[in-house]
Amino acid sequence: MNDLQNGQQADAFTTALQGPAPEVKVTKDMVRRGLIVAPLLIVVCGFIWGMHGAYSGAYGIALVLINFALAAALVATTARISLALMMGAVLFGYLIRLGLIFLAVLLVKDSGWISLPALGTTIIVSHLGLLVWEMKYVALSLAHPGLKPARP
Amino acid sequence: MEAFAHLVATAADDKATAAASSAGYAYGLAAIGPGIGIGYLVGKSVEAMARQPEAAGMVRTTMFLGIAFTEALALIGFVVFILIGL
Repeated sequence: MNDLQNGQQADAFTTALQGPAPEVKVTKDMVRRGLIVAPLLIVVCGFIWGMHGAYSGAYGIALVLINFALAAALVATTARISLALMMGAVLFGYLIRLGLIFLAVLLVKDSGWISLPALGTTIIVSHLGLLVWEMKYVALSLAHPGLKPARP
Repeated sequence: MEAFAHLVATAADDKATAAASSAGYAYGLAAIGPGIGIGYLVGKSVEAMARQPEAAGMVRTTMFLGIAFTEALALIGFVVFILIGL
């Protein structure tokens, strides 16, 4: 720590972050909110694209929530080992998660119950919507730590 | 008449092939930008955490949200890919 006080920085290869993982907390919040709004999204998809749209909407929300959970688990696990490992894991994890989403869609694309427009729209809307929702909470918490908004 | 039908079928095949390959290129190009963005974002975050470990919690929170926002760009490219080319 004395080195850090002199303006130098710790070695990223040997520095590990112990303690609670904030990304897990953030992801739990997003998953909880995702499960709250999932019925609404499924109903909207069903209204626009029919029953196939409803099934595809549910599948899309599940993909997004699993993607968030995988990303958080990867960061939380590797940060306890080394910062450099965390960086590598995030970069390769990005590629692997994109591949997993591609595989998940490829497996069901010819199924009778899938509607690709509904699936694509749900993925984008739920991903961005949940992030913006969480961002509002996190931004307020960081700006005013004493005034944490009530959780839903 | 048969030659005309064959020509029409070939043109339709060419169009489908072009759409599929264009969608593939679009997905690949859409994944490059977020890859660079996430690399830069995480690199700077690691630097910040190594410099100020006491602020690591705040940095990790914003880093994680930044990663997810950046990844949304790749997801949009993926959705265009599945709508056009899959």
